[in-house]
Amino acid sequence: MTLPGFLTEFNAVGAILLIPLAAVFVLALLPGYRVTSLLNVLASFLTLLAAVSLLFVRPETGPLLFVDDLNVVFIVLNTLVGFTTSTFSASYIAHELETGRLTPSYLRFYHAMYQAMMFGMNLALLANNIGLLWVAIELATLTTVMMVGIYRTHEALEAAWKYFILGSVGIALALFGTILVYVASQPVIGEGLDAMTWTILIARAAEFDPALLNVAFVFLLLGYGTKVGLAPVHAWLPDAHAEGPTPISAVLSGLLLNVALYAVLRFKMLMTANEAALAPGPLMVTMGLSSLIFASFMLYRRRDIKRLFAYSSIEHMGIITFAFGMGGPLANFAGLLHMTMHSLTKSAIFFAVGNIAQAKGTQKIADIRGLTESHPVLGWGLVVGVVAIAGLPPLGIFMSEFLVVTSTFAREPLLAVPLVLGLLVAFGALLWRVTGIAFGTPHGGVAPVKASYVPMFAHLALVLGAGLYLPPVLVEWFQHVAQLLG
Amino acid sequence: MIHPLVYDVAHLLAGGMVLVSFMLLYQDRMHGLLNVFALHALVLALSVSWEALIQHAPHLFITAAIALVVKAIVIPLALHRIVRRLNIHRSVETVVGIGPTMLAGMGLVALSTALMLRVTPSADALARQDLAFALSVVLLGLLMMVSRRNAVSQVVGLMSIENGLILAAAGAKGMPLVVEISVAFSVLVAFIVIGIFLFRIRERFDTVDVQALDRFRGENQ
Repeated sequence: MTLPGFLTEFNAVGAILLIPLAAVFVLALLPGYRVTSLLNVLASFLTLLAAVSLLFVRPETGPLLFVDDLNVVFIVLNTLVGFTTSTFSASYIAHELETGRLTPSYLRFYHAMYQAMMFGMNLALLANNIGLLWVAIELATLTTVMMVGIYRTHEALEAAWKYFILGSVGIALALFGTILVYVASQPVIGEGLDAMTWTILIARAAEFDPALLNVAFVFLLLGYGTKVGLAPVHAWLPDAHAEGPTPISAVLSGLLLNVALYAVLRFKMLMTANEAALAPGPLMVTMGLSSLIFASFMLYRRRDIKRLFAYSSIEHMGIITFAFGMGGPLANFAGLLHMTMHSLTKSAIFFAVGNIAQAKGTQKIADIRGLTESHPVLGWGLVVGVVAIAGLPPLGIFMSEFLVVTSTFAREPLLAVPLVLGLLVAFGALLWRVTGIAFGTPHGGVAPVKASYVPMFAHLALVLGAGLYLPPVLVEWFQHVAQLLG
Repeated sequence: MIHPLVYDVAHLLAGGMVLVSFMLLYQDRMHGLLNVFALHALVLALSVSWEALIQHAPHLFITAAIALVVKAIVIPLALHRIVRRLNIHRSVETVVGIGPTMLAGMGLVALSTALMLRVTPSADALARQDLAFALSVVLLGLLMMVSRRNAVSQVVGLMSIENGLILAAAGAKGMPLVVEISVAFSVLVAFIVIGIFLFRIRERFDTVDVQALDRFRGENQ
């Protein structure tokens, strides 16, 4: 594909990082929430454009930043959901100001932090240096901690504290793993920056000391796994989702978990490249399955609507980790597809949940009933979202879950039994809950919805579209990436 | 051939950090805890300086200076102030008794030594022993975090984990500077965050006991 000259000259990687970074300062200084929320949308949109341009023009690999076929998928997804969430946030957050939950100065802080978080996540995805990757994930964690605590209620502070402490421990373990990878690579590659550069590491991984890599991977999996929300180190996730502003719940589930998973995948590729090292798959399969089964049972006892969907995120991250742990072209393909579909669907659900909480004035499931009668558009939107996330055809998640299950049955039938069990249990819980929320006699507030429906339906339309027809270009691309993942 | 004394001093300092980590475990007064943490950071600064000297890596002196100034002086002083202002200096509430905690700590040190020495035969002799000590410090810090209820002592546990990580990073020969500075930097940022949190927590709860926070969980009704 040919592009106009100025576009090929244009450095997309720089733009993806510099636009959010510049926006942090601008948004922190500008008063007036209407302008800043629009600027937030604009910055997110420009970042998305820069990310999309990566599909056509591939910049050269540098010592710190690089773009390859794997991370470009994550970057485009990240900036896309970042953009749609910013449009949702622009219409949502004004209402929070009206009800007095946020003050204008906190709102300014919120917008600056939103862009700082996008910067951290984009940097993590573009990093070619495992040290830089770690720093970027730490930055994204710190910014989200601030946002989770922004309402300053008892619950929000507790959630932010828990998230901060568990997140820091996770990040500390990941750093220890990173140091161990350096200790393994240093005798082979030599001292200095090269021994932490991912593209050089992967090329020479076969010569590394396998025992050291094994220990490193365990630390990295536990460390970054904390951020993915895998059981048994998931405890921060439900609180952080329930107590932060809803747009933040959407990006936490839709994006931050993916970024942490991306880090795990990069190190999994290193492990696979070294034949003498421990196979990373079984570890990931175990953590994925235990998250899936644990979360699917926990879904039944939830009383708070945001917590319900937070546990559903643990469940789906479990499925995705399981699929990548199984490995092989088919399971990796299913994992990538599932990750994309989950990001889109879960953020759409959180958009709906944000509207519900504002309209009904509560997050308690018991106080929300008959939504399809009191707010038909919103109610049916939520029903479609939940039907999608529960894995019913014809939506996208059905297809990816179907691929995960069939590929597992073909290779390891015994593992497929707990997988299917977890999926069915979660399916039952979600449908049971959504019938209570959506149907029956209306109960609770009847305030009209203020925020826009467009982001929610745009995501659901994409998920439905992918379920009905996956463009061959996308299929080819994902198949190619699945091969890379090994 | 490197003089054996070089190794001995490196071991003494790294082993000293493990020892101070044990001392952190049995402190029952808040001010005592903070003083021991300052000692922890001081030993770290000495240890990193020694590494800088024997590895001929001058940039490690910067890391040592950051450890000395920020972690051994500024942060302990600030935490002392917080403790006084919040009037929580009386005692550190523990979840488990001191005895079992110390025993568990010894088990963790044995575990990390056994693990690290086994998996690193090919690495540099100095690096592998530093890694073993560093992992011990990290695990002891984790133990401290799970065995304390008070927010300030959890923060001290977290910072002792970070000290262990810096020890490991300094021991890994020629590890790029980016990481060390970022570690120190992130601790600083983390500290600011924590500071804000402590004050917010105080505003809302009149206590920094994390258990008080648990009562406000969204689903306990």
